[in-house]
Amino acid sequence: MFFTYLRRELRRRRKAALVVASGLALGIALVIIVSSVSSGMSKAQDKVLESLYGLGTDMTVTKAATAPKSGSTGRPKFEFDAKDSDDDATQSTDRVMVQGFQTLASSTVGKVGKQDGVAGAVGGLSLSVMKVDGQFKRGEFQQEGGTSQGGGRGPGGGSGQPQGEVRGGGASFDVNSYTVYGTDVTQQDLGPLTSSKITSGRTFKTTETNAKVAVVDSAYAKEKTLSTGKTVTIHGTEFTIVGVSTADSGDAAANLYIPLQQAQTLSDSKNKVTTVYVKAADSQKIDSVKSAIQKNISGTTVTTSADLADTVSGSLSTASDLAAGVGKWLSIAVLVAAFLVAGLLTSSAVSRRVREFGTLKALGWKSGRVTRQVIGEALVNGLIGGVLGIGIGLAGAYAVTAVSPTLTAELGSSGGGGGMRGGMMGGGGPGFGRQSASKALDIALTAPVSLSIILIAVALAVAGGLIAGAFGGWRASRLRPADALRRVE
Amino acid sequence: MYTLQGVTKQYRRGKSTVHALAGVDLTIEDGGRLVIQGPTGGGKSTLLQMLGGLDRPTAGSIELDGMDLARLSEAKLTKVRAQNIGFVFQSFNLIPTLTAQENVETALVPLGVKAAERRRRAAEALDSVGLGERLGHVPGEMSGGQQQRVAIARALVKQPKVLLADEPTGNLDESMRDEIMEVLEALWKEHGLTFIMVTHDSSIARRAPRLATIRKGEVTITENAAA
Ligand SMILES: Nc1ncnc2c1ncn2[C@@H]1O[C@H](COP(=O)(O)OP(=O)(O)OP(=O)(O)O)[C@@H](O)[C@H]1O
Ligand SMILES: [Mg+2]
Repeated sequence: MFFTYLRRELRRRRKAALVVASGLALGIALVIIVSSVSSGMSKAQDKVLESLYGLGTDMTVTKAATAPKSGSTGRPKFEFDAKDSDDDATQSTDRVMVQGFQTLASSTVGKVGKQDGVAGAVGGLSLSVMKVDGQFKRGEFQQEGGTSQGGGRGPGGGSGQPQGEVRGGGASFDVNSYTVYGTDVTQQDLGPLTSSKITSGRTFKTTETNAKVAVVDSAYAKEKTLSTGKTVTIHGTEFTIVGVSTADSGDAAANLYIPLQQAQTLSDSKNKVTTVYVKAADSQKIDSVKSAIQKNISGTTVTTSADLADTVSGSLSTASDLAAGVGKWLSIAVLVAAFLVAGLLTSSAVSRRVREFGTLKALGWKSGRVTRQVIGEALVNGLIGGVLGIGIGLAGAYAVTAVSPTLTAELGSSGGGGGMRGGMMGGGGPGFGRQSASKALDIALTAPVSLSIILIAVALAVAGGLIAGAFGGWRASRLRPADALRRVE
Repeated sequence: MYTLQGVTKQYRRGKSTVHALAGVDLTIEDGGRLVIQGPTGGGKSTLLQMLGGLDRPTAGSIELDGMDLARLSEAKLTKVRAQNIGFVFQSFNLIPTLTAQENVETALVPLGVKAAERRRRAAEALDSVGLGERLGHVPGEMSGGQQQRVAIARALVKQPKVLLADEPTGNLDESMRDEIMEVLEALWKEHGLTFIMVTHDSSIARRAPRLATIRKGEVTITENAAA
């Protein structure tokens, strides 16, 4: 009788059931959309990090910040000969600098690799090259900029925008800077290049440890009309371009990729790396691996994806804050309201059926049986609400994914001034040597729905049904058989 | 057999108290028939509720076959209602969403009768009130007289000792009244149960062998040997 009665009630009082169900559906749909959007947000953040670190990198190891040396170490110097006024021959010079000016010994890579919980470690050297071409007429080129470098610290410290200025003569210049990444060609499964695809030509061969070959990022290739087979000259060394790579998302990690040894030679930093890319054996134990490395290898700073995520700003972080804040509270509020409304509607439905339930009690139905019937109905209403809500929620999440609103992520701006975009100095905050480049990425937002979200939705539907049932059941349990004679029309 | 002694029922509404029953003493033999009448608000329905175990008196005892309905536990009282008492209401009180057959079945649910057996007995009961063709109809699809017959089938399907009817024809027009009265009378004779009915119909009251008149909660019995 329980199921017959239940079925009949739901079929013949469809509207009432639908009102309760759609309230719950709204709440549940909102929960699904908000949580899928937030997981889309964290996916987008992962993508941002991936574009910096490459696939599968759980953390990076860089040299711990030391007091920056004043003097010439970090200061690029350009030397031009002042020619006679009539001489308009083009002169050119370039400087190769290690990004962030902080390096680790290559042996650190091996040490990191031996730590517990480390699945792989690979070193890389990030360089920035500054190239100036121009013509002079009796003048003196002077480097502008703050006198104290300060590693780019302090507000606006070390403007980072290298602007050559010529005093006392006529000149025309072209200042061009680009980044070069020296990659360990023997271990290509880790590091920044993993987040790019080779779209033309090939990648490095593992034997090309010291070959004069380069892979160029597609954006830079387009800008400089470079392509596979052509050559590119860095600080007097000619490299043959063997491939063009395209970043999976956003900006590439560097404009040019060359074998690590070549990069070390170019920058005069033999056996040095700027960053060690580390993959943990267990992604759940990243924190313990981090502390092991920091404890056992002195003078290093370990930066995990989570650390880096804190430095993401821009509309992505605004949106994810929104999703975590407003979105969460909104869906909780709607859910609570939906539960209450469902409860009150169920309770008032019982009030309208006072005589019906009174009659059943007069017929000898136990109070529990009547209450169970009411709770059963509410539970089914909750489940209908759950199904509707999951449907609406999936549709909403699908719509977000289909529209894919673009979010921008800005990175490293918390590094403290020293924009690296111009190509030099900077040397951001401690630990972010390489990331000090203030990078902006455009990421399309998706709203992936996971099975656990669906399970939570089902649980919410059941909870909503039970809450509504509790309201109605309590009301029903208090009815007396004499209520069968109540005039309620 | 019913034995009522000093049955009092007071309803408290705010500060005022309504004395719906004021010390009723009454005996009703098994298989007997009692017609109750009286002015509106006199306490007829209240008395019927006491007899049916739907409510408890404020004072006094209501014995049905040795059990005092006034003092029985809630669970036992529920069982008495399920097993021994059939109720027919003025406004039918059918479950609007259930079919005629399912409505009749609801009376067998608390007795733990298996579904198939329930269905069979419900169909039989409906057949006996002339609704064998209407098993699958919901109340909304039936006339008042038909609905009341479903209610009668529901009251009788469990073969109770007592049939209580509170103005069973009150909501029906003239022609249906007689029809329902005929059905009830035939069933009473057939089943030999105790039949207590409240009515406003003076022609029925006149024909009744035993008539209880309730005024302001007090009962006067009139025996009518001729009927
Ligand atoms: N649940 C209740 N709460 C308060 N007072 C009640 C309640 N039920 C009945 N009464 C009062 O008790 C008195 C007797 O009511 P009862 O329903 O028994 O009268 P009745 O004889 O059946 O009248 P009618 O012919 O109109 O059906 C009336 O004054 C009524 O107002
Ligand atoms: Mg009455």
